[in-house]
This record gives sequence, structure tokens and C-alpha cells, in this order.
Amino acid sequence: MTSPRTGASHGTGAVKWMVVPALLMFVMFGVVPLVGVLVLSFTQWDGLGAIHPAGTANWRSVLADPGLPHAIWVTFEIMILSWAVQTPLSLLIGTFLAGRQRYRGWLAVLFFVPLLLSSAAIAITYKALLDPNFGLGPGLKLGFLTQDWLGRSGLALGVVIFVVSWQFIPFHSLIYQGGVRQIPTSMYEAAEIDGAGRVRQFFSITVPQLKYTIITSSTLMVVGSLTFFDLIFVLTAGGPGDATRVLALDMYKRGFQANLMGPASVIAVLLVLIGLALALLLRRLGGSTTASQQDGA
Amino acid sequence: MDPLKTSRRTFLSLAAVSALAACGTSGPKTTPGSTGGAAAGSGATYWFLTGQPQQTIREAQVKRFNEANPSTQLKTNSFQNDAFKQKIKTAIGAGQGPTLIWGWGGGGLKSYVQAGQVEDLTPFFAQNAALKESIFPSAFGAATVDGKIYAMPVETTTPIVLFYDKRAFDKIGAQPPQSWGDIMDLVPKFNGAGIAPFSLGGQSRWTNMMWLEFLFDRIGGAELFQGIFDGKANAWSDPSALKALDEMQKLIKANGFIKGFSSITADSNADQALLFTGKAAMMLHGAWTYGNMKSSGKDFVTGGHLGYMNFPGVDGGKGDPSDTVGNPGAYLSISSKASDADKEIAKKFLANNTLDDASVDEWVKSGNIAVAKRAEDRLSSITDKNDADWLKFVYETSANAKVFAQSWDQALSPTQAETLLDNIAKLFQLSISPQQFADNMNAVIGK
Repeated sequence: MTSPRTGASHGTGAVKWMVVPALLMFVMFGVVPLVGVLVLSFTQWDGLGAIHPAGTANWRSVLADPGLPHAIWVTFEIMILSWAVQTPLSLLIGTFLAGRQRYRGWLAVLFFVPLLLSSAAIAITYKALLDPNFGLGPGLKLGFLTQDWLGRSGLALGVVIFVVSWQFIPFHSLIYQGGVRQIPTSMYEAAEIDGAGRVRQFFSITVPQLKYTIITSSTLMVVGSLTFFDLIFVLTAGGPGDATRVLALDMYKRGFQANLMGPASVIAVLLVLIGLALALLLRRLGGSTTASQQDGA
Repeated sequence: MDPLKTSRRTFLSLAAVSALAACGTSGPKTTPGSTGGAAAGSGATYWFLTGQPQQTIREAQVKRFNEANPSTQLKTNSFQNDAFKQKIKTAIGAGQGPTLIWGWGGGGLKSYVQAGQVEDLTPFFAQNAALKESIFPSAFGAATVDGKIYAMPVETTTPIVLFYDKRAFDKIGAQPPQSWGDIMDLVPKFNGAGIAPFSLGGQSRWTNMMWLEFLFDRIGGAELFQGIFDGKANAWSDPSALKALDEMQKLIKANGFIKGFSSITADSNADQALLFTGKAAMMLHGAWTYGNMKSSGKDFVTGGHLGYMNFPGVDGGKGDPSDTVGNPGAYLSISSKASDADKEIAKKFLANNTLDDASVDEWVKSGNIAVAKRAEDRLSSITDKNDADWLKFVYETSANAKVFAQSWDQALSPTQAETLLDNIAKLFQLSISPQQFADNMNAVIGK
């Protein structure tokens, strides 16, 4: 009775309805809070009492605050540096893990471990390991490890980037591993016949073929780095001073520690705008052509 | 100021709470370790801090109350210090707060009062005059907003004191400091002997603030901070304030604090560990740390190695060297949003179980001075010599203080407090000058 063909003819109506649950979720948990934050950014609220309209006072005070350009600068510093560390390493590890040898399978499982841990747990562990008095360095009596890792501005930023990379390289390696396995082996065979070595193959076949994978992974890294909060909050709490105070942390401190929900909402809106702009930019960089990256595949 | 302890036990009990919550017992209103069978119709709740020995005493108080009042049970939930501060604020703002609100009084309490979230307890104390009479009068200051009492002072009075390791002083053959000048002279001596002069958990920020609280008082007198508290314009750039900030940076530049202090947190008790393991000679900290140093420091306390004194004076300063700062008490308020029945339960708990004889006894036994006047009578019952000496010292420091000022971050409004802590961290990083600090702080005076 129910032939696939009759199902298809009624299909368009049913498909339309199927979008409703997802749309509802998106509106309730995406659009409504966003509008709420936008409204809050024009009000004065301490999180406890009544909400008073404040006009553009919050916007003017936040935009004039020298803390804001600093927080934006730190955010971008972490974003760019962690991208620059993660991308080449993930690409190499991903390509390596794409091989079918059994020992690579075992290594893949090991490399995957950091991804299983929560950011807070990672931060607490690194904080303990890097403690200048009770940490790994003093414990093993290793001078070069006994630094004030989280207490000096430059070092603390470096540690944040290191820990972020340590945590997320496995994830991006996984993406690249999948990408590399999609590349047809015929291309490599052809290259080998033409006399291309491994390095040449990597740069002339693997990297160009992974163009869209690189863009996907970079978008995740860049947009994701805007929301780094838990790791930095536990590791340095934005310190020393404000050396690692990224936008998300600045927002939290203003909103939930200083009870200034208005200015915190301004920063939240700015975060959304920056995130959208970056995602859009990365899409543009990827080119608007929808042609397949794999000729003939 | 935070009586903060994170121990493995705290962590485990938190884990237990979340495990219970995960089982879907009753979400945020779980009573860890409750024997079940909570009475129907009672929704009175009480949230407080984890950390020993305070947590056990709080739990015992609730247990006694619940045993005495089987029909009106009080449910508890406990949080780690910093988590509590965020959680309680958000919960109260969302109308999901507990019936009994634990806090530090002062500016935080004032923000609840202004938002109409807490009950005026003035009539309650009028009815219970004997109860009010039994509490240290100085503890009511931080509970009073515009002449009305909005919280009951409970638990303990904890001044901030200068702890030191007698062994370290023996090692370099020096005496504990009698003045700020002595402190500056001791710094190179300790550094020369490979001992850090002072331990400090600088990442927690309020730990640094304790130093400024004393320097401001000793140099400019108690009226200096009073001016700031009252919202006097440019009070932060008073010459005495600038001098205090300058002296502070001098000590930091002279390597007065342990290397890496700005990445050490007080939450992990690492600052106390530095003192009792002999890596640092002195530490300025709250009296609440005594209990943990005794239990974690092996023979540090029991062997009589721990010394303590009030913060010394600064030559030429206006402050009275008997002045102290700290927490005059902990404070319990009643939510104005609770039902009348729950409010009655909460009042009964306040009246009968917070400063009853059993509680006062337990506080004293744990090395603390309860905010009740009769705590003094209990001191003679302490047989351990170290504990007895310590309690006598804390009692005298609190009772003889000409001014017992409240910790700044609790006295000021949350907005000012956050700016203050932020700028203190930068001051200790030497990334801003005393003048910049004063300018940044003047900008938020009265906010």
C-alpha cells in the first residue's frame, strides 16, 4: 500500500513540519536570549533588583573603557597564536593517523585522550603541575620547569595557548584524518609515477585537497576561541593582573562579580558580532564556488 | 574576605551533592547525607559554605534543629566559597534563593536590601532582646543598613592576624617584627637564608587586599577607609592612601613575597602550606586558617612552632596599633520572598540553634571565637595549651580593637569591590602606579 512513490508526493508537506522542533529550539534558546541580551545592554540592572532603562550609557562607558581594547587584543592574540600552533600540528598528526597501519590506530587512541577530559579538570591539573613551589619542576628539581608559569604576563599567555592546543589538537587531528582518508589514492599513485616524493605529495596533493577541511577546522578554532572561558577562569582567573583576561572573562567579571549586567550585555553583543563577522570572513576566504575539491572523485 | 578551605573532603562532598542531584532526588534542594523522610509541607532551605571545621558545625546545628522540630524540617545545600558567591546572587535574582541566606554582611547585604530581597529583622530582635544582648555589639555594624538590622550575626569573629614560623626566626636569629621598618629589614635577611619572607595566595586577590587594609589603617588611621566607605570624593588619593600604596609596592619590589605569589590561590590552601612547610616565614591571613594549619601542618601547631601577632604599626602613622580588620561575624538573613511559614521556621532556627550553648562550644573547640559574649566563659574549658593561647589571642585582638573594620570587599558594594580587587591585582603586579590605582578607584567611589 505505502509505496515509496506516494510517500514522496506527500513529502513536501511533512518535511515542512519536520523543521518545527528544530526551529522552536533555535528560537527559544538562540534568538530569544540574544534579543534579551540586546535589550539588557540598554538597561541598568544589578541582577537582583528592578531593571531600569539606561539609554546608551552602558555602550558609551564600555566603549570608552581602556579595558575593552585590551580584552579584545588578548582575545585575538590567543585566537591567532593558538590557531597558528594547532593547525600545522593537527594537519601533520591527522595525515599521519590517516595511514592504515595498526600501530597508528593505537596511537590515534592515545592522541584522543585529552579530548575526553573536561576543560576545568585540565586547568586544575596544569595549575597543580605548574605550581612554582609544589609543582612538577620543584618536585623533580628541574630548574627550567620551575618558572613562575602563571604569574608572569607573557608566560601565562603562553601557558594558556599551550594548554588550549594540547586540549584541542586531538579534535582537529580527527577532522584532518577523515579529510585525508577522503583523498583518492589514485592521485598519490599518479604523483608517485611522476616521481614526487613524500614531502612534495604532502604539499601538492594533501594540503590543496584539504582546503575545505582546513577552513572548517579553522572556523571551529577561531569562533571557538572566542568562548574560551572555563579553562582560563580556572587556570589564571584572567591574571596576572589582566594579562589573560579575554572578552568572555571580562563579560563574566562585569556581570556576575561586579553586578553590572548592562555593561556585561554590551560585551556579550560585541562577542556575537565579532563571532559572526569572523565566521563570515572565513567563508569568504574559502571562495564562493561550490565546486568539488576533488576533481573526478 | 573568605574563610576558604578546599579539601579533598569538600570535593568529595560536592561530588556527592551532584551525584544526588543527578539521581533526580530534588535538584538544588538536596540535603546531602539526610536520612530522608523530610516532613511534608516544609520548604525552608539553608545554603552555606563547605570547608572544615565550619561545615561540620553548621551541619550539626541543622541536625539538632531538625531533631527538635520533626514537623518543620530545614533542608540544606552546601557550596564551595567562590561557587557560592555566584550561585547565591544568581539564585536570589531569579527568585530561587534559599530561605536562610548566609553571607558576609556589608555591601553585599546592602545590595539585597536595596532590591527588597531580605527581611527586616529589627522586630525579630525586639522580640528576642536577650538573644540580641548575647551577641557582640560590634558584630551588628555589618548587619545594619539605614538603621535597620537585616541579618543576624552568627558563627565566629575572625580578625586577620600576622602568622609566623618560629623556626624560621630561630634560623636567622631575628625577632618578630615590631614595626613596618622591622618588616622591611627582615626581608633581605630571610631572602638571604633562602626562605621567602611572606607567603601570599595572590591569585585570589582579596589576600593582597588584607595587606592594604592594614597599611591604610596604620598609616592613615581608621578614618581613611571610613571616608572611602562614606563615598567622599577623591578619598583614595588622600596623601596617606598614596603613601600606603607606595609602601606596599616597596615591599613587593624588595621581593617580600614568595616567588610566583600571583599564581597561588588561597582556595587550595597552598599559601598556608608554604608557611607550615617552612618555605615562607610569615603570612598575613584570617584567623579561620588556624584550624586547617593545625590539621594539615603535622606538628606545626601542636609542636608550638606557629607564632601570631596583630599587624605592627608604621612609624609616624596615625593608626591605632590595636585596630584590626576581618570578618566581625558571619551573617544569616531571611529571604523576603519565602512563605510566612518558612520564615517562621527560619526565625526559630536563628533563635534556637545558631548561637546555642552547643554551637558556641563547638566553635570554641574548633579554635574560633563565637560572636556570642559567653564565648569568653568557655575559653577556660579548653585544655590544649596551644588552642587556649590562640583563643585568648583572638579574643583579645577582637575585644581590645579600638576599631574592628570589615574586610573591604565585603564592606563596599559589589561594583566597587570588583574594581578594587582588579586594581589590587595590578598594583601587586607593579603594572600600575599608586597614583593610577587611586585614580581608577576614585572613579567608582560611591557606585
